[in-house]
Order: sequence, then C-alpha cells, then structure tokens
Amino acid sequence: MKRTTVDLWVGVFVTGGLIALLILALKVGNASSVSATDGYRVFAEFDNIGGLKPRAPVKSAGVVVGRVESIGFDNKKFLARVTLLVDKKYQFPTDSSASILTAGLLGEQYIGLDGGGEEVMLKDGEQMKLTQSAMVLEKLIGRFFASKAAEGPSSQE
Amino acid sequence: MIGAIDHGLRLIGSRVVDGIWKIGAASRFAGTILLRSGMSFRRLQLTLDEVYFTGVLSLVIIVVSGLFVGLVLGLQGYETLKRYGSAEALGTLVALSLVRELGPVVAALLFASRAGSAITAKIGIMKSTEQLSAMEMMAVDPYARVLAPIFWGGTISMPLLAAIFSAFGVFGGYLIGVVIIGVDSGAFWSQMQASVDLWNDVMNGVIKSAVFGVAVTLIALFEGFDAPPTAEGVSYAVTRTVVTSALAILALDFVLTSFMFTGV
Repeated sequence: MKRTTVDLWVGVFVTGGLIALLILALKVGNASSVSATDGYRVFAEFDNIGGLKPRAPVKSAGVVVGRVESIGFDNKKFLARVTLLVDKKYQFPTDSSASILTAGLLGEQYIGLDGGGEEVMLKDGEQMKLTQSAMVLEKLIGRFFASKAAEGPSSQE
Repeated sequence: MIGAIDHGLRLIGSRVVDGIWKIGAASRFAGTILLRSGMSFRRLQLTLDEVYFTGVLSLVIIVVSGLFVGLVLGLQGYETLKRYGSAEALGTLVALSLVRELGPVVAALLFASRAGSAITAKIGIMKSTEQLSAMEMMAVDPYARVLAPIFWGGTISMPLLAAIFSAFGVFGGYLIGVVIIGVDSGAFWSQMQASVDLWNDVMNGVIKSAVFGVAVTLIALFEGFDAPPTAEGVSYAVTRTVVTSALAILALDFVLTSFMFTGV
C-alpha cells in the first residue's frame, strides 16, 4: 500500500482522538482501577456512612493517608462495612478510631483516623473496633427536639 | 387588499411546501448515501482523505478552543465555587460540563463552521461546474465516489474531535485551577474521578458527538448538493449550512440530554 502524508496525518489524528478518549475514560472518569500503591487494607464497620463514597480520602490529622476502597453492607449485623486502603508509610495502633467527617459545610465526606495508644499496629485485613458514624441531620434534629421536650417543663417553672 | 392577503397566503403556502419538500429530499438523499456507501469502505483511501479534510484540518481550532474553554471554566468555576467553600469541586465542574455538554456541542459548532462550510462549498462548486454530472456521464456514481466518503469521514472525525476538545478542556481547567490558582491537585482529580462516570458521562458524550457528526455532515452535503449552480447560490448554501447545523446541534442536544441524563 502506498504511504502518503495524508495517511500519516489521519493516523496522527485518529491516534490523538483515541488517546483523548482513553484519557477521559481513565484519568477523568473512574474506570481506572484504584492503584493499590503499597497500601494495606483495614476494615471498619459503621452504623451509618451518610454520603461516604468509594475513593473518598482517609485523613489523619488532616493529612490524606489513604482512600476508601469499597463500601459494602453486612446483612448479619446490619452495618456498613467500609474497606480502607491505607498507605504503608503510615502505621496506626490497633485501638485507633475511624469516624466519618464532612469537609466544609457542603463538602464531600471523608474518614478521619485518630491514633490510639496501643503498641501493636494495625495489619493488613484487620478490623478497626472504634468507629463513629456519619452525622445524620434528621437524627440530630430529632435528638435536639427530644432534649428540648425533656427540659421543656422544668425551664417554664 | 384581497390581492395582498392572497399573495401573503400563497407565500406562506409555498414556504411550507418548500420546507416539507426539502425535508423529504434530504431524507432521500441521506438514504441514498447510506445505501451507496459500500465503496467508502472498499476503497478506504477515499474515506481517509475525507477524515484528513474534515478532521485533521480542524484539529488546530479544536485544540485551541478546547484549551481556552477549559481555562475560562476553571477561572469562572473557581470564582463561583470559592464562595461556597468548595473550590475542590472545580475538577468535577470542569470535567462534567466539558464531557457532557460543552465538548460535544462546542466541538460540533466549530466543526460545522470549519468543516461543514468547506464541504458545502466543495460540493456546491463541484455541482455548479458540472463535475458531478461529468462523473455520471463516465458511469461513476457521484454518491458513492464523492458524497459517501465525505459523510463517513465527517462521521468518524466528529467524535474524535469532541474527545480531543474535552481532553484539552480538562487540561486547561487543570492549568488554571491547580497550576495557577493552586487548588489541591489530588482533590481536583479525585473529586473529578469520583463524580464522572465512564458510561453515563463519557460514553453519552461520545454518542452525542457521533449524532452531531452525522447531522452536520448530512446538512453540509445536502446544502451543497441542493445549491443553485451560481456563485450566489453556493454562498447562500454555505451560510445555510452553518445556520441550520447550529440550530440542529442545539435542538438535538436538548433532545439527547433529556433522554440521557434523566434522574442523574
């Protein structure tokens, strides 16, 4: 087959277009597999995860130390089971606690890790025992009204 | 008085009949092109030449405008998101608006004015200088030899151009947001990746741009084919191509969006 400059440019164009699509799919979209870069997995169970999503950051003292890998549901205990992928560089004691927090007023939710005092560090596949669920606005308001109702009569005396 | 009303009614009537006639002719034209497009694939060189003509030659304007649309989105988005304290969502904003809407639509508008007008002028002049008739005289089918390759060239080019536009737009948003303003790079990409879905967003954008490619190329071909064989006729046809394509793109975009993004 005769090779022409037109073919060359068409080749450049088509390759460029396909690369752009690939970038959109992998870099912009979430088709890329979570790069498990030298991390270890720990599990945490929550009563309520609120709006937590996979790939949300895991932070400790505000520093990103890992990502939420997946979120599942434990049908026996009726709890949400969250898999955290934590960077191997950072080790946490076994009595560390995980809580679901919100970045800013409307921001995305992330998991905050607070280090404990144990000597033994969390290893791959272990479960975190201390967890604190996401704040649910309805429950918060409900609790507020309940406490108001409870103290209502006493304050009117 | 009655004469004026009569004249007005006749005018409206002839416009309507003309319009409907044109729709019918355009549909038949599209059908003929599809039926006779075998040669575009058997002699792939013909189609590749048209991909060069419509796609490669539009690359510069697509890349530059994609980059600038991304830059502007980055700036404007940051200014607005900053007020709500969620500047990290900039990546989401830039990527979603480009991949879903701006990429396909703006790339198609540019494609219509850059490649569509050129196609119409080419076909219009080929027709007015009787090159198409000459082909028929030589028993060469102008539909198969000239029109169908252009159609497939445009249809192939358009999704690729839209993807390049979106990619450069995201890069532009990254340049402004992360490199210049200083939004956290990790938050920019991770929030973007968390909210852009491969099928719902990226693939729907590709489908949109493919539909626009078909529409724009068909309109350009038909207007050129339908142009009166005069200098003025061709010039009007080119104008009509750009105007009709722009309207068709925007209308189709609304229809496709209402199908694709319901309940998202």
